This record gives sequence, structure tokens and C-alpha cells, in this order.
Amino acid sequence: MQSQIEIHTEPLNIQACIAWVMSPESGGIDIFIGTVRNATKGKPVVKLEFEAYNQMAVNEINKILKQAFERWPLQKALVHHRTGTLHVGEIPVIIAVSAAHRDAAFEACRYIIDTLKQTVPIWKKEFFEDGEVWVAAHP
Amino acid sequence: MEITVLAFGIAKDIFGGQLITVELGDSTATTADLKVSLEARYPKLKQLASYMVAVNNEYAEDGGVITELDEVAIIPPVSGG
Repeated sequence: MQSQIEIHTEPLNIQACIAWVMSPESGGIDIFIGTVRNATKGKPVVKLEFEAYNQMAVNEINKILKQAFERWPLQKALVHHRTGTLHVGEIPVIIAVSAAHRDAAFEACRYIIDTLKQTVPIWKKEFFEDGEVWVAAHP
Repeated sequence: MEITVLAFGIAKDIFGGQLITVELGDSTATTADLKVSLEARYPKLKQLASYMVAVNNEYAEDGGVITELDEVAIIPPVSGG
């Protein structure tokens, strides 16, 4: 399995992620780029703060990528996640997947981001004009 | 025995810091014992949608044994991506 997992405090580099997953055997690349939205349920968002349990986050992402490689014929898969303060339009996460055929790349990319959101120990706090909240903390 | 517990996200706010120590009595404590002890000391934990205990960077079962040598962390609901 050819994979790359990184957690950065600096801005993520889309071009470098695409370049890393490219390979002569691939017929396509699928990429998911998460971006900071300017509002949650109609309420303007000022900024987000991301925090990670770094070593465990890398381990959990690695498990997800292993599952993806078992389920789909992939060439390469990459996950880069950002921590720290991010403003509207900035990029907290990039998932990039290459495969010989597009179905595998599309499905694996979707699986990786969906599962990451459920299992990987990374947290975001939303800052509004009148307060702040850890996302998903309370029912 | 005394367990050092790492906290992240809202758990860090509830504990008032990234690291706390918890006294768990004997040497065969489980993650369930830890949860009982933490919830008595920090009732706000019970208001969370859920939370998990991680031992040595892996999600732990409720009956999982913890020792003083383990890296123990409280994992509130995740929200990455």
C-alpha cells in the first residue's frame, strides 16, 4: 500500500498532494478538499480551531487507508490534515486517491473522508461573533 | 495507583487542562473504573454526546485494563475533516 499521512500546522499544498498520488499506472485521481465554510446553520463563522491527538490520529487514518486498499484496487492514497486556527476559505483536509479506474478512486475517496469524520481523533471548535462551540460535543 | 490522563477538545475545557492525574486505588483498574472516577469529579462529562477512552493510541473497550505505564486519553466526539 502506497500511502502518505501528514498532520500539519502550516497551510496544506493541493498541488503537492496531487503530484504525490500521480502514477503511470493510474487512470485518474480523485481529490476531496475540505474548506472552512462561512456559516453554520445560518450563523456567521469567524474562524475554526482544529486540534489533533497526533499519533493516534495518524494510526486511525492508517487503518482507514488499509481498509480502502482492501476494498478497492487503488494505486496511492494520501491524507493531509491541518491543525491550528483556520479562517473562511482555508483548507483543513485534503484526501487524494489514484487508481487505474475512476469508480475505485471516487468510492475510496468518499469512504476515506466519511470514515475520517467518524473515527479520527481530531476536533474543531467553531468561533461565532458571540461565542464558541466544540462541534458535535453535545447531543 | 495514579493514572495520568490526556484530554482533548471539550474534555480539555472540562478538566481545565490537557493533563490531569486520577487516583484509581488498586493496580487492576479498567477504563470503566476510570470513567466512574472522572464522571464523579467532572459531572459535565456525562452531558457529552459520548466519549471514549484511548489506551496507548487505540480506542479501548470498557473492560480494558489500564496500568500506570499506559498512555491514557479521553476522546470526546470527534469532528475532524
